[in-house]
Amino acid sequence: MSIRHSLLSLLAEGDRHGYQLRQEFEARTGGTWPVNIGQVYTTLGRLCRDGLAEEVGKQDDGSVTYRITPAGKAEVDTWWAGPVARTAPDRDETSIKVALAVSSPGVDVLDVLEAEREETLRALQAYTRAKTRIPDHPTGGELARLLVLDQQIFTAEAQARWLDHCEQRLAATTQGSAR
Amino acid sequence: MTEQTTGDLLRMTDAGRVHHAGTPTEVHALRSFSLAVAPGELVAVMGPSGSGKSTVLHLAGGLDVPTSGEVVLDGVSLGGLSVRKRAALRRRAVGYVFQDLNLVPALTAVENVMLPRELDGVPTAAARAEALAALAEVDVADLGDRFPEELSGGQQQRVAIARALVGPRRLVLADEPTGALDSLAGEAVMKVLRARVDAGAAGLLVTHDAQHAAWADRVVRLRDGFVVGTTGEVVHGVGEAPAGVVGGVAGGYR
Repeated sequence: MSIRHSLLSLLAEGDRHGYQLRQEFEARTGGTWPVNIGQVYTTLGRLCRDGLAEEVGKQDDGSVTYRITPAGKAEVDTWWAGPVARTAPDRDETSIKVALAVSSPGVDVLDVLEAEREETLRALQAYTRAKTRIPDHPTGGELARLLVLDQQIFTAEAQARWLDHCEQRLAATTQGSAR
Repeated sequence: MTEQTTGDLLRMTDAGRVHHAGTPTEVHALRSFSLAVAPGELVAVMGPSGSGKSTVLHLAGGLDVPTSGEVVLDGVSLGGLSVRKRAALRRRAVGYVFQDLNLVPALTAVENVMLPRELDGVPTAAARAEALAALAEVDVADLGDRFPEELSGGQQQRVAIARALVGPRRLVLADEPTGALDSLAGEAVMKVLRARVDAGAAGLLVTHDAQHAAWADRVVRLRDGFVVGTTGEVVHGVGEAPAGVVGGVAGGYR
């Protein structure tokens, strides 16, 4: 996943300036992933280089209008139609830490798990609190934000379950018998 | 019995529960457990099976008595009470919501909610008015005449929350109240529970589900009868919990 396809999908709806793209991207993804204007222009530069977008005019204030090309439209269609590849995720610091804790002298892996669990629950509470501030029948940006919050909640819950599971597996291994 | 209008609705101090004490099968279900729940607070107790979380709920609701320590319910210590007085206090002060089988199948929703008040000796018309108010507070005012089998699982649980907090009752003990529900119905039940607590009730929630525990102000984690950690702040009265920055957690694009 890259910001490239997100911006391209917005351009597919109509010509935009860079700052419009930034504003619209943040509003329509619930404001969860702030993006700076430099990233937007770097991405637009690459889209133009790759023939997926083009510059179609400059206003008096120097702001450039961008338009999607037929190749860009095809790229967006491919993006919507296919799944996001579940390739190897970024290195996850928590799993690295837990993995190392098992074999590190002087480190109690149960303490490590507990600290991680506490942090995960803290995050879950924060997400849940944020959710209670969204009205019951949200639309537009609030609906987008709710869906993104739900994703964060389910991900954190999965992490909490994994941490519990680690503890049970460690207990079973120590006892020398599977449960 | 003195009426207590302020302070903790539930206070457990060094509460312990030993089964088969002094025998080879002695089991410490709970060890030196302390917890206070004030109006406006929802506290979740989490832990794997056998961790002692059900014991906490049984002791908190006066269904069982601790073998050490003290449980004070609505200002009254359970320790010195006869079985009969304990039952009376329980009925007056506490409402329960279980995973299922909460409602009497032969009674409508409003009759189910009226039931505890009629047992309190409240006249039928007044009990009915209270029950309708309680149903309105959990957003099912229009379903009062339906029988449990005519309600969805989530609606049944909301009626159960209304019944738990009907009349003067202010402490709700919930045992996996979202257990059998799909994720949206479960969320709706937690929202209602949260709203009732924010309106001044006190709640103690036992669950193994982190997603539902996260609705609480504090999450207490148990293992083998011990508290291994507590997440969240002690909230005094109704108020905004500590700020959590959501946008910052995910970070920006790389």
